[in-house]
Amino acid sequence: MASCKATDAVYHVEPPPAGRKLRELFYSAHYVHSHIAHFYALAAPDFVVGPEAPPAERNILGVVAKVGLEIGGQVIKHRAYAQEIQATLGGKATHPVCGLPGGMSKALTEEERVNVEAKAKSCVEFGKLSAKIFNDVVLANKAYVDLILSDAYTHKTYYMGLVDASNKVNFYDGAIRVVDQGGREFGRFAPADYLEHVGERVEPWSYLKFPYLRKVGWKGFVDGPDSGVYRVGPLGRLNASEGMATPLAQEEYERFYATLGGKPVHNTLATHWARLVELLNAAERLYELSRDDEITEPKVRTIPTARPTEGVGVVEAPRGTLFHHYQTDEKGLVRKVNLIVATGNNHAAICMSVKKAAQGLIKAGTKITQGILNKVEMAFRAYDPCFACATHSLPGEMPLELLVYDAGGQLVQRATQNMD
Amino acid sequence: MAKLKLALYWAATCGGCEVAVLDLNEKILDVAAAADIYLWPVAMDYKYKDAEAWPDKFIDVCLFNGAIRNSEGEHLAKLLRAKSKVMVAFGSCACFGGIPGLANVADREGVFARVYGETPSTDNRDGTRPQTSFAVPEGELTLPHFYDTVKTLGQTVPVDYFLPGCPPAAKQIWAVVQAIVAGQLPPPGSFVGVAEKSVCEECPRVKEEKKVTAFLRPHQVIPQPEKCLLEQGLVCCGPATRGGCGAQCINANMPCRGCYGPTERVTDQGAKMLSAIASIIDASDEAGVKKVVDQIVDPLGTFYRFGLPNSLLTRVRV
Amino acid sequence: MSGENSFEPRIIGFLCRWCSYQGADLAGTSRRHYPSNMVPVRVMCSGRVDPTFVLKAIADGADGVLICGCHPGDCHYQSGNFNAMRRYPLLMKALEQFGIEKERVRLEWISASESEKFALVVKEMTETVRRLGPLEWNRRVFQKGQRKT
Ligand code: SF4
Ligand code: SF4
Ligand code: SF4
Ligand code: FES
Repeated sequence: MASCKATDAVYHVEPPPAGRKLRELFYSAHYVHSHIAHFYALAAPDFVVGPEAPPAERNILGVVAKVGLEIGGQVIKHRAYAQEIQATLGGKATHPVCGLPGGMSKALTEEERVNVEAKAKSCVEFGKLSAKIFNDVVLANKAYVDLILSDAYTHKTYYMGLVDASNKVNFYDGAIRVVDQGGREFGRFAPADYLEHVGERVEPWSYLKFPYLRKVGWKGFVDGPDSGVYRVGPLGRLNASEGMATPLAQEEYERFYATLGGKPVHNTLATHWARLVELLNAAERLYELSRDDEITEPKVRTIPTARPTEGVGVVEAPRGTLFHHYQTDEKGLVRKVNLIVATGNNHAAICMSVKKAAQGLIKAGTKITQGILNKVEMAFRAYDPCFACATHSLPGEMPLELLVYDAGGQLVQRATQNMD
Repeated sequence: MAKLKLALYWAATCGGCEVAVLDLNEKILDVAAAADIYLWPVAMDYKYKDAEAWPDKFIDVCLFNGAIRNSEGEHLAKLLRAKSKVMVAFGSCACFGGIPGLANVADREGVFARVYGETPSTDNRDGTRPQTSFAVPEGELTLPHFYDTVKTLGQTVPVDYFLPGCPPAAKQIWAVVQAIVAGQLPPPGSFVGVAEKSVCEECPRVKEEKKVTAFLRPHQVIPQPEKCLLEQGLVCCGPATRGGCGAQCINANMPCRGCYGPTERVTDQGAKMLSAIASIIDASDEAGVKKVVDQIVDPLGTFYRFGLPNSLLTRVRV
Repeated sequence: MSGENSFEPRIIGFLCRWCSYQGADLAGTSRRHYPSNMVPVRVMCSGRVDPTFVLKAIADGADGVLICGCHPGDCHYQSGNFNAMRRYPLLMKALEQFGIEKERVRLEWISASESEKFALVVKEMTETVRRLGPLEWNRRVFQKGQRKT
C-alpha cells in the first residue's frame, strides 16, 4: 500500500474518492488479518498458554487447546474473512495486484459489497471478543499484569505514527506525528519530508540498519530524551496519537491508558493489548467503509497524465510506519529506491528490549531455563515475529545466544536458542 | 498409521508463503491431526540443534519456502535435505528465485553500496559495512555470508517436488497436502499443485485473433472487462505461465505477471514470453517492429519477474 | 601481442539452410576467406531460432551469436524470417539489460548467393567481439553464484 501511494506521488495523481476508499477498505481488512494472526498465532501462546509452558505446547495449536475449539474456530473464521475481502479486490490476499498509480484496478460490485459488509460486521464482534479474552485471561491474572508492567520490559523512548487531521490513529494516510517520553508532541510532518526527520545508522554486526530521529541524533542503544531512538507499531501509534477514530476502539483505548497508568505507556508487552485496540479500530473502519455510499462507484482510477518523477509513500504497516521512496526516469521506471520498513524502525529498541529483559530476568545465580529464554524472546516478539520482514535478506528464525558474565567478567553460563 | 512428520522452513522469503499455509484456515486443524509438525519457525518454538539431532531422513516431508540468499539459507537447506525424505520447494522463491531473485541484477557490492552508502536516509560517513565476524567486548558477533547471487532451492540441494506460486493458492496447497497424506505423490521431480496447461487456459476472457499494434502499461489504460488483456495491448504473461492459480490476477483486472513459472517443457520463461509477445506484433518491417517494442520498457523485469535465478542466464553481468 | 588480441572469440552462427547456410558453403568452395571463429549451426529457418537457443549459446560460453536468414519476402516458409525480425529487437533489449553488448548478437539477411556478404559479416563480427573481449558466461558470470562474500 505504501508503494501504491509512492507511485501516486511519482505520477502526481490522486485516486478518485471510491479508489481511495477501496484502498482503505482493503487495508483495513489487511489489518484485521494481520493483527489476528500476530496476536493469536504469535503472542497468545505466551500469554494464553503461558510463558513458561513447554515449547511443544506454546504455539497456536496450544492456544486452541486452551481457549477451546469454539473460540479457535472464531479466530480462524475471521482471519479467513479478512483474507477473502482482500482477495475480492486484489485477486489474491497476499501480494494483491489491485494497486496502481491513481487508484485501484477493480471496482467493488454491489453483490461483493453486501458480502463484505456481513463479514465486516462479524469482524467487529470478533474484535470485541478478542478484547474480552485479553481482559479475562491476561488482565485478570495479576502475574501477567505485573510482567507487562515490570521494569524489565520498559523503555522510555520517542514514539511515531500516522495520524489524521484531529490526531487520531490512521493506518492509511495522514501526517507523521512524533511524541516524546512524556507524550508531548515533538514533531508533526508530511511523509514527503521524512528525510529531515529520520536517519539510519549502520552497525558492523547487523544487516539491518538502525533508524533514529535526526533532530535528536544517534546516541547509541539508550532511551530517554537525548537519544533519537523511537518506537513504532501498535504501541507507538497509540502513544503518538490522541485517540482512535472509531467508538469501540476509542473506549478500549481509554481503558488501556487508564489501566496502565496514563500516557504514554512505555511497557513493551503492552503492544499486544494495543494491537487488539487496533483490531477493533480496523474492523469498525472496515464495516463503516463497507456501508459507504461511494464504495461501489465504478470510477476507481485516475489515469495519470503528468511526467513521472519522484515520490514518497507512507502508511502504517501493522508493525509500524513504512516508508517507500522512489525516483524514476521519464518512463516511470524506478531508478532508485529507499525503504524504511516497519520493524526496521524498531531495530534499536528491539536490541535494547532484549538486553534489558535479559538483565532484568537473570540475576547472579539465576538458573537459565527454557522459560527464561522464552521470556527474553517475548521482548522481541512484541514487535515482530521475525526479522526477515525487516531485512528481506535473512531467514526469519531467531537465533539467540545468552552469555551471562559475573561482575569480574567471567562467563558463567551460556544458553542458546536456534543456534548451531 | 503413524502420523506424518512435517517440517516447514523459510529462507529468503517475504512471509507470504507462511500466510498461505495459514490460509488453509480450518483445514490447518486437519493437517495437525494427520501430521506432527516438528519445525515451523514462524509459528512454533524450536531450536536448530533439535533439527541437527534428528537422524537422517527423520522428517517425512519438508516444505521449504524462500530463495537462497546467504550462507545460513544454504546451511539450512542442506541440513533439512539430509533430514527429510521428501523435499518440496514451496512457493516461487524456492522454485525459481522469486522476487528476491531480482537482486541478481546486482551483486553483493552493488547491494551494499546502495543500502549502506547511497540511500538518502543512511548516515554512514565512516563507510561501515556489516561484517561476517565482528569482535565486541563480550566476544565475537557473526553474520551469515551474503552471496553475490540469489539461487533457487533446486540449485542448492536436490528437490523432489515443486509447488509454485507467489504465494501458492491455498486450494492447491490443500490438494498437495492431501496427496502427501494419502501417499499419492507423482514421480519425484514433478511440479505439484498446478494445472497442466497455461494460465490462458484458465482465463475466462474472450480470446480472438491476437494482433497488437501498440503495447500499454497497466497504469495507462482501464481495460475492457471481457476481452483478453494481451489483445488489448497489456503485456500478460498468461501464455508462458503454468496454470493452477485460477487466473487470480486477471480476475482483478490485471495481467498475469508469471508467478507460477514456465509451462511444462519450457526452459526459460522469459524467452518463451518474448516469443509469444513478438508473434503478436502487428508490423512487418524493422522500423515498425521497433516502434512497438519500444513500448515494452522493461523486458527483464517483466518476463523474469519471478524467475531470474532460474533463467538460463541466472543473473545480470556486472 | 596484447592479451586482448590473442583472444579468439567463439561465435555461434544459426544459419538458415535455404539461404545463408548455402551462402556459407559457397564462401567455402569459392575460397573466400573468413575467420574460423564462427561455429555454424544449420537450422530449418531463421524463424526456428527460438530466443532460448541464443540464451543457451551464451549460457554455454559463446562470446557472440549470429542469426542469418533469407531476405524478407524470400523465406521458404513465407513468414519465418518476419518472426525472427519481430523477436530480435525485444531479445536485444532484454540482453542489454542482462549486461550483454548489443554487438554480440546480430541478425542478418544473407541469400544463398551472397557469399561475399557472408564472409564480410563473419569477419566484422569476429573483430567486434574480439574487441569487446570474452563474455564466457559459463565461467565469469556463473562463478558469481559460487563465490562467497
Ligand atoms: S513465493 Fe512469494 S509469497 Fe512466497 S515467500 Fe516468495 S515472495 Fe513471498
Ligand atoms: S493472455 Fe492473459 S488475458 Fe489473455 S487469455 Fe491469456 S491469461 Fe487471459
Ligand atoms: S495470474 Fe499469473 S501472476 Fe497471478 S497468481 Fe496466477 S500465475 Fe501468478
Ligand atoms: S527459410 Fe530462410 S529464413 Fe525462413
